[in-house]
Amino acid sequence: MTFELFIEQLLNGVQFGFMLFLMSAGLTLIFGVMGLINLAHGSFYMVGAFSAAAVATVFGSFWLSLLASLIFASLAGVIVEVLVIRRLYNRDHLDQVLATFALILLFSESVRWIFGAYPLYLDVPDILSGTIQIMGGIYYSKYRLFIIMVGLLLSIFLFFLIGKTNLGVQIRAGQHDREMISALGVDISKLYTFLFGIGAALAGLAGALVGTIQSVEVGMGEPVLILAFVVIVIGGIGSIKGALVASLIVGCVDTMGRFLVPWLLTTITDPSTAMSIGSAIASMLIYILMAIVLIIRPTGLFGKVLT
Amino acid sequence: MFKLINSVIVLSVLVATSAFADGHKLKVGMITTLSGGGSGLGIDVRDGFMLAIKNNKNIEIIIEDDQRKPDIAVQLADKMIQSEKVDVLTGIIWSNLAMAVVPAAVNQGKFYLSPNAGPSALAGKGCHKNYFNVAWQNDNLHEAAGGHANSAGFKKTFILAPNYPAGKDALTGFKRYFKGELAGEIYTKLGQKDYSVEIAQIRASNADSIFFFLPGGMGIGFMKQYAQSGISIPVVGPAFSFDQGILKAVGVAALGVKNTSQWSKDLDNEANKTFVADFRKEFGRLPSLYASQGYDTGKLLISAMEKANVKDADSFRDAIRAADFDSTRGSFKFASNHHPIQDIYVREVIKEGDILTNKIVSIGLKDHSNAYVDQCSM
Repeated sequence: MTFELFIEQLLNGVQFGFMLFLMSAGLTLIFGVMGLINLAHGSFYMVGAFSAAAVATVFGSFWLSLLASLIFASLAGVIVEVLVIRRLYNRDHLDQVLATFALILLFSESVRWIFGAYPLYLDVPDILSGTIQIMGGIYYSKYRLFIIMVGLLLSIFLFFLIGKTNLGVQIRAGQHDREMISALGVDISKLYTFLFGIGAALAGLAGALVGTIQSVEVGMGEPVLILAFVVIVIGGIGSIKGALVASLIVGCVDTMGRFLVPWLLTTITDPSTAMSIGSAIASMLIYILMAIVLIIRPTGLFGKVLT
Repeated sequence: MFKLINSVIVLSVLVATSAFADGHKLKVGMITTLSGGGSGLGIDVRDGFMLAIKNNKNIEIIIEDDQRKPDIAVQLADKMIQSEKVDVLTGIIWSNLAMAVVPAAVNQGKFYLSPNAGPSALAGKGCHKNYFNVAWQNDNLHEAAGGHANSAGFKKTFILAPNYPAGKDALTGFKRYFKGELAGEIYTKLGQKDYSVEIAQIRASNADSIFFFLPGGMGIGFMKQYAQSGISIPVVGPAFSFDQGILKAVGVAALGVKNTSQWSKDLDNEANKTFVADFRKEFGRLPSLYASQGYDTGKLLISAMEKANVKDADSFRDAIRAADFDSTRGSFKFASNHHPIQDIYVREVIKEGDILTNKIVSIGLKDHSNAYVDQCSM
């Protein structure tokens, strides 16, 4: 194994981590502030990717398609919040799970009905295609570097929003005591709708960014949703900082595991067996990590410690 | 985990007049992937099959969606066998699902005609008199790819496939024919979409070529990311990564890639011409190899029904084994372990007008059977 390969894999891990962050930021805020388990968050990811693909097909512009993913996903988020989610805040978690699961089915079938069952195509723009020399002999995909940049910028934006703005104060207050801040004259239902829209927009953007180098297809959101739940459990529910740290940890552990575990096993067995066992172990790593974190800190790395 | 549970399609074609009541009527249960990742494959198989049996009043068919989940496939099979009382099962795309369903079904006296999955376990020691594969044994297309890699002069190939039965069969098949050395061998997760980790390893490996088997959406992700990686060594693969259903999503990155297939839309025989034209007319798109497999399965079934009644299992089995139908692949017959003996072609991805498609460039393996014939005793 060379140094160059190690650095490239580390970058891959960071890129994957930022993508997970875009997905889990919304999920953790919605759970933390509104106390709502939203299984349909993966559907916003899919809506973002499909609206980007549709706009890219019509207008041929990558940047316009990213914008479209933000707009359509947040629109879908706001509509869903007003029509369905709003009625669920005071229900127990089972009702929320059932209702949002129904939303997954509705979204998937509607998207299939509109776009068909075959994967769609999104193209990387010329300016971001190919590789760039980072240092020495290390070349890295421009597009993946772009995803890292977008993730970094959005994390800064979110930290600013939550930590420094009036709105952020309301969000944090809402996390602690919902009734008190509505008693203080904050329109809590508007705040929730807004927050839900932001969460959906971030998921949609993640869908469009990732769909560009993967495939845009029905059901693409659910595998990512599971990872996003792992992230928010590790990071501590409701904590943006926790979501960021946990995303990067999960991204790097998964990426490095897929590459290092089989490589380590080749020292004790033949390559074919090592690969086969190694890839099986690697895919379990993040769940093992989650179990360890839960044993040591049941509320996650940055979660409120229960008293 | 959170995918569609209820997307169940039940299609009942017919239940006809009593005139045929004594004769060769039969009930088919199709379990295939119609939702979620990989649904394009199941839909193609279904559409091909339905086209083949169109207007046939003696076939009653029930179609259900397995969502690419083995547990759901098993439940559906139990339901079809016990309460629907089907005579013939078919439709499964994925080898891990086939391994979960087929042995139990054939042991209960049902026929199973596989339109796709052909795991080695069911071709060798686990073969069964009531199990027929109409597509290929899993290793076949990969064996042809191994042969092609030799003739293309590749000496050091990097190979990768998903970690499930068909992925293992793929790499085994490739290695059986490939004479060069391996630069690396990776099993990826089934359903994986991001291949940054694998591509970085390919870059570091000094390989002179890549062989990959990543069916459905997996292959789209790999090809697009590979095109972005700045690596420019040639790629070979089986047709599954370059079939009609996904070429549009892969885009020009696939142009010029050689891939191996038992079928191609430009195969020059009457059955195939009819099939391609009818399929386009019926569904408004070009057929894929999966659709051709579904179609051949339907035609095979009809040919057997014309000769024998399914209630008479022995003569019905003989009728299937005879494979007396016009295959879209031209010549087609069954080896003694009920897997096809057929030509495997090398195809190239080309552009026809605006549409990416494949054309045959040579015959990879002539009258190719499979490596497990000797292990099967039935």
